[in-house]
Amino acid sequence: MMDTLQAFFGPLWPLVWTLIKILAIVVPMMGAVAYLTLAERKVIGFMQIRIGPNRVGPFGLLQPIADGIKLLMKEIIIPSGSNKFLFVLAPVLAIMPALAAWAVVPFTPDLVLANVDAGLLYILAITSMGVYGVVLAGWASNSKYAFLGALRSAAQIVSYEIAMGFALVTVLMMSHSLNLVDIVKAQQGSLGLLQWNWIPLFPMFVIYVIAGTAETNRAPFDVAEGESEIVAGFHVEYSGMAFAIFFLAEYANMILIAALASLMFMGGWLSPVSFLPDGILWLFAKMSFILFLFLWFRATFPRYRYDQIMRLGWKVFIPVTLIWLVIVGLLLQEPLRGLPVLNLWFH
Amino acid sequence: MLDSSFLLFMAFALVLVGAGVGVITARSPVHSALFLVLAFFTGSALWMMLEAEFLAIVLVLVYVGAVMVLFLFVVMMLNIDNERLRQGFWKHLPLGGGVALLMVLEMWLVVSSRQFSSMVPDPRGSISNTKELGRLLYTDYVFSFELAAVILLVAIVAAIALTLRRRKDSKHMDPALQVQVKAADRMRIVSMPAEREL
Repeated sequence: MMDTLQAFFGPLWPLVWTLIKILAIVVPMMGAVAYLTLAERKVIGFMQIRIGPNRVGPFGLLQPIADGIKLLMKEIIIPSGSNKFLFVLAPVLAIMPALAAWAVVPFTPDLVLANVDAGLLYILAITSMGVYGVVLAGWASNSKYAFLGALRSAAQIVSYEIAMGFALVTVLMMSHSLNLVDIVKAQQGSLGLLQWNWIPLFPMFVIYVIAGTAETNRAPFDVAEGESEIVAGFHVEYSGMAFAIFFLAEYANMILIAALASLMFMGGWLSPVSFLPDGILWLFAKMSFILFLFLWFRATFPRYRYDQIMRLGWKVFIPVTLIWLVIVGLLLQEPLRGLPVLNLWFH
Repeated sequence: MLDSSFLLFMAFALVLVGAGVGVITARSPVHSALFLVLAFFTGSALWMMLEAEFLAIVLVLVYVGAVMVLFLFVVMMLNIDNERLRQGFWKHLPLGGGVALLMVLEMWLVVSSRQFSSMVPDPRGSISNTKELGRLLYTDYVFSFELAAVILLVAIVAAIALTLRRRKDSKHMDPALQVQVKAADRMRIVSMPAEREL
């Protein structure tokens, strides 16, 4: 089967094979995004003692498909005063980084599209471009609410990226590598989940998850949307599928942050106990746990005020990450890292 | 000659030059800033082709991901009068042209020198150049590296000190005090005997 395909495409085969692998990642991802929206409505529904969507299909399981069809059929309205080219470009720029980052995410040691050495740096660089979608959507709409949302989002994302970057620096200090496969392998040990990075880097883990919530503009950091203050923020002028793309990007980013947190702090595909085999299902379980936290945050916390978001980012998270960076650096030095308990993690 | 890396180089170089021209010819400053983003990104792709992946990714991370976002942030809020900006064009042209000519000359001197043509990427492609750069920066060049960091820090402190204004009339709060507040500080429960309705 593979040989006949290879013969059919000839010299183009590497290109075709890569495209097939990209589709194998993106298509299930889009399905996961669709069902994450349903999970969100169900989970928040149960937290608020409601049932949630239950009309379309058994237990409401076809609801995301109905929503998708509805959004596809709607008209995309381009405001006459807008900058048309950038207005159309903005949703593309929002979803591109959310998908491109998956190129280096390993699902198991061998199941990875591109096992590059600078994987972590690549992820940081690509995800830092997601803000352009929001900023350009806000500016190109030529609307005051959208513009306010764009400005809030730009400042917020740039601020939390610093804390997030520092949290990841401690991870790469622990594993001596920027390669995501090596980062997971460095957490391997006979004690299972006790040897993962989340214990020695616990403050960094907390900061990473919270900064990830802020980076994806999720509640309680959703001032860029702020439906009670600025209507819907940066995407107030968007309708139909263009609007849906922003939502796809937000949920794809949530899944990405969950995957990265699982890989870097919770041992990725490693099994939590030594008598069970490692496997991709562990990674999915850990991602689901982080995603559940995101939904839980949204159901629990009221929206942060803008100045308090800035205070949390600059005056709390960045100092904490800087101090932990020094502590990790010290613990990695020669006499300390050989001590009985510390040698579980620092090597 | 016409191998794939040459074609890629030509494509990236054309986009880069086009974006560079776009930066100075676009009418709206926001478009100029976006052309600059494109130029950075294409430049990064060229560096990637030279196997300088650390520099390439950091260029995207720092310039595209942070610096240009803040640039856009400022440019979007400016209310620029394009007509007034264009007024001095012919007056400033000779000076600008002179500087441009000088820069082209300097660049030609650098590119045509013997040392430049020997600077080709190391064929031992497997070394992680992130690790090598880190080792060099923190051993051989540690003092100049730290010096550069301190200079940047001084610049940040100076810029903040010059622009910091404390407004007297704004109501400003202390989160530390807010967190410590107890219910008893804000509310007093008074016990009152029940009163009979008249």
